[in-house]
Amino acid sequence: MNYIPHTPQETKEMLNSIGLNSIDQLFKDIPAGYRPKSFNLPEGRSEFEVYDYLKRMANKNAIGLVNFLGCGFYDHNIPAVVSHLVGRAEFYTSYTPYQPECSQGTLQAIYEYQSGISLLTGMDVANASLYDGGTALYEAAMMALRITNRNKILISGGVNPIYRKIMYTYTSNLAIDFVEIPLEHGQSTREEIFRHLDDKTAAIILQNPNFFGAIDDHSDIIEAVHRLGALAIESVYPISLGILKTPGEMGADIVTGEGQSLGLPLSFGGSYLGFLATRQEYVRKMPGRIVGQTVDRQGRKAFVLTLQAREQHIRREKATSNICSNESLCALRAIIYLSILGKQGLKDLARLNFDKAEFAKSRIDQIKGVEVKRSSPTFNEFTVCLPKDAREIIAPMIERGFSPGLSLGKYYKDMENYLLVCVTEKRTKEEIVRYAENLEVVLWS
Amino acid sequence: MELIFERSVKGRKGLRLPKCDVPSAKDIPARYKRKGIADLPEVSELDVVRHFTRLSRMNFSIDTHFYPLGSCTMKYNPKFMEDIAKLPGFSQLHPLLPQLLLGGMLTQGALEVLYNLERLLAELTGMHEVTTEPMAGAHGELTGMMLVAAYHRDRGNQKRYIIIPDSSHGTNPASATIAGYQTISIPTDKNGVMDFNQYKNKLNSEVAAVMLTCPNTVGIFNSQIRQICSLAHQNDALVYYDGANLNAILGKVRPGDIGFDIVHLNLHKTFATPHGGGGPGSGPVGVRKDLARFLPVPKVVKRSDGTYALEENWPESIGRIASFYGNFDVLLKAYAYILLLGKDGLIEASEKAVLNANYIMAGLKKYYHLPYDRICMHECVFSAAKQLEKGVHALDIAKALIDKGFHPPTIYFPLIVKEALMIEPTETESKDTLDRFIEAMKEIAELSQTNPQAVKDTPLTTPVSRPDETKAGRELNLRWNP
Amino acid sequence: MNIPEKLLYTSEHEWVRMEGQKATVGITAYAQEQLGDITFVELPEVGKSVKQFDGICSIESVKAASDVYAPLSGKVVELNKKLESSPQLINSSPYQEGWIVKLEISDPNEKDKLMNSIGYRAFLNRPEK
Repeated sequence: MNYIPHTPQETKEMLNSIGLNSIDQLFKDIPAGYRPKSFNLPEGRSEFEVYDYLKRMANKNAIGLVNFLGCGFYDHNIPAVVSHLVGRAEFYTSYTPYQPECSQGTLQAIYEYQSGISLLTGMDVANASLYDGGTALYEAAMMALRITNRNKILISGGVNPIYRKIMYTYTSNLAIDFVEIPLEHGQSTREEIFRHLDDKTAAIILQNPNFFGAIDDHSDIIEAVHRLGALAIESVYPISLGILKTPGEMGADIVTGEGQSLGLPLSFGGSYLGFLATRQEYVRKMPGRIVGQTVDRQGRKAFVLTLQAREQHIRREKATSNICSNESLCALRAIIYLSILGKQGLKDLARLNFDKAEFAKSRIDQIKGVEVKRSSPTFNEFTVCLPKDAREIIAPMIERGFSPGLSLGKYYKDMENYLLVCVTEKRTKEEIVRYAENLEVVLWS
Repeated sequence: MELIFERSVKGRKGLRLPKCDVPSAKDIPARYKRKGIADLPEVSELDVVRHFTRLSRMNFSIDTHFYPLGSCTMKYNPKFMEDIAKLPGFSQLHPLLPQLLLGGMLTQGALEVLYNLERLLAELTGMHEVTTEPMAGAHGELTGMMLVAAYHRDRGNQKRYIIIPDSSHGTNPASATIAGYQTISIPTDKNGVMDFNQYKNKLNSEVAAVMLTCPNTVGIFNSQIRQICSLAHQNDALVYYDGANLNAILGKVRPGDIGFDIVHLNLHKTFATPHGGGGPGSGPVGVRKDLARFLPVPKVVKRSDGTYALEENWPESIGRIASFYGNFDVLLKAYAYILLLGKDGLIEASEKAVLNANYIMAGLKKYYHLPYDRICMHECVFSAAKQLEKGVHALDIAKALIDKGFHPPTIYFPLIVKEALMIEPTETESKDTLDRFIEAMKEIAELSQTNPQAVKDTPLTTPVSRPDETKAGRELNLRWNP
Repeated sequence: MNIPEKLLYTSEHEWVRMEGQKATVGITAYAQEQLGDITFVELPEVGKSVKQFDGICSIESVKAASDVYAPLSGKVVELNKKLESSPQLINSSPYQEGWIVKLEISDPNEKDKLMNSIGYRAFLNRPEK
């Protein structure tokens, strides 16, 4: 099966009209000596067989664990309407809207997505999306280097450790001076930041809530950063912006984040969505695609890809980024999700996450020998100090049907006993109570 | 059409959230809270459904139209692949689960898919090992350039340049630059391939790699590839294969067998995963044996007991290039596609893709200027030079095609062909569709002679016609404002 | 093609008008026509020092981007601020209202490396390579 419509008769007619006798003649430019040494691929199978095989593979994975694992990638409810609309083939079987007349649907949806991200973050403009939250943060750092012509970047230890690793990978061949600001009580200390901040600093990278779920107001840091002509980059969790102070209100210059929580399934890490927003004055330094509104020759409202002169297909080696695609279908999901949630819905959802997490904190805190860290307010994720290495509770909790959270020793020295726990709106009171009960049993029996 | 924001009615709701079953917590201190409320639309579910359904109908897509966009391989996207990505065992799987102690045993199915797909892609391309992590072709290129840098660093080489033919995609020079290299552009000769003598002259000990698309962007397979590769190797330069055009050569030639050291593939092209209106894509990278130690982490490995695991401790690795293991849902679909087609199906796909491109070329060369008149691979590139004599540009031909119910080909690329029209029909299109397309192109060519203004007035059938891009660029309007 | 006589030209299609040590720089009518409708000019900072034939700033149109190269070494002393809001002046009046920067030049001898209007016209009309 390969979805090829040609009958033998048609193939023959087509070859005739080209003036050839055989398919082999079409490949005469490939010298005989270039033939594959091997091509050991399996025989083709029917749709049913492949589906059945992959269904068995899917069933080898854990389904039905009660999820308390987050770390930047969250188990939120996705309303059915999101998948149904994104499943329209006119969206998912089209490509980049190069020809605006036959792509107004995709173009307008991206414009609406850009509007939604701008509103959420309190920034002036957003691009059409990047690969994921981690690569978006790297693009933001590169953008700051371009704007400031400086080469030093301060990065808070509260930034997702996965993102920090991505950042270091991409910049390993470039002359960039990274300074990591260590944490104290789960927050980057002001003194440490101000000690490293100087007139060579291009940008500081902060995350809110940070990796430990802690909330902060970075306005004072950003003010200091601006006084030295540097930029502030904030990585944010979009759902939290239903109630938290926006990076725009704090004065941030570039905002990025992982858009997975905006209606995208966890799907073992992808496809996800990196968003990037900035202030009007930096719009031409932004990487990635951007859709703009204009009028057509009859004066009708129309949408087009704009500011393309920044991009690789025009500027080649001088482009602002090498990115060519965006995560268009994921961006479509995000704007549909934001639309169905609506103004009050997003706020209520954020509040629901907060309330459930606060309840979980108070319940888990009651377990003997367990301490919930309370040095800062949190959103829907928090750290718990256990009386032993947190890795030891993972397997027994999984056996009891819970995905219990992340053992922080994996990413942070001296935090072996710490567990990062996340509670979204999907977790019921009963599940939270059972989680705490089981954790207590696992710790003390 | 009005924006979703403009459909908003104060107080209208689209979704009911679960009731809060826990006591309401003490509020967050005010200084941590946002002042207002994000001005998202206030709409009902039906409002949302109507709005986005209407938007979808303003798009051309593979399911609704022939979409011969050159270099993009817009082949049919089989429906069952969508169902596979939705299986809860895949779609609900948290990516950090296998990174928890013993959590890997809970993701064996997903890890096995990744491992098997990597093995299949390695065999398809003749490479030793593959990473599925890059999330698009350009992301694969950047990963590849970082692998080049890691290789030379390991050997203590000081190299600064990447050689790229002038017919390449813009992502090639952009990726090379972002990885810290300078680029050297080599012109195309009269046969449509990289000028061999100029290449030889520019190649020196400071060249780190040569990036080639093969077949190239004019749809031609360069018969001298082997010589190009071995010359590069003599200078200890690596050769990079841009897999944008792999759909032409499945089972006919493997990049690894003819001297390429690193390849990237575009699963959304060759392996039929949906393009999604511009993404998500997937750009796995394959390497020859001695480069495998530089591949990004985490790596998926098969243990001796037959189970699968993620390996993070790989000291020579370039590091982490993505949050996780690539665009997993796209990888799943590509895996399903390869299993379905199998060896013979894939070979036939390439054969019919090349047949279709040559059929279009033969059908149109009387009407349009063909800069390189020779058997092409999976795509053919015409020029609107003849039509330009009457003032009709490639852009005008593209718009006229829209009125005839076809998505236009790629235009103005490759840059080396003036007024380029780059047509890639793919194997899933039937002879009758191609005949109708040829007929439409013929009519446009004739109209360009008899009434060029009529061509310039197109499109007439679309919701908008010829949006003012200059206005869009000068008076930036990039979002809705409350 | 409009190629004013009193100006000097580069092979990258910039023009220079000399007044003492001051050089006014813009792009030629040919260059603006090649770029098409100009949408944005990224002006340099006043005080920036440039060497002859180094990039000073860039110009964007809908479908192209192009660097502007300094015809002569010197320091940027004045910018055409009107281009920030009206980049189209380069299209409508490339040699007058569409000037881009003024330089205080440091080496008058470098003028020898520029073309006069006759030379530039011949350069534009050269047979395709």
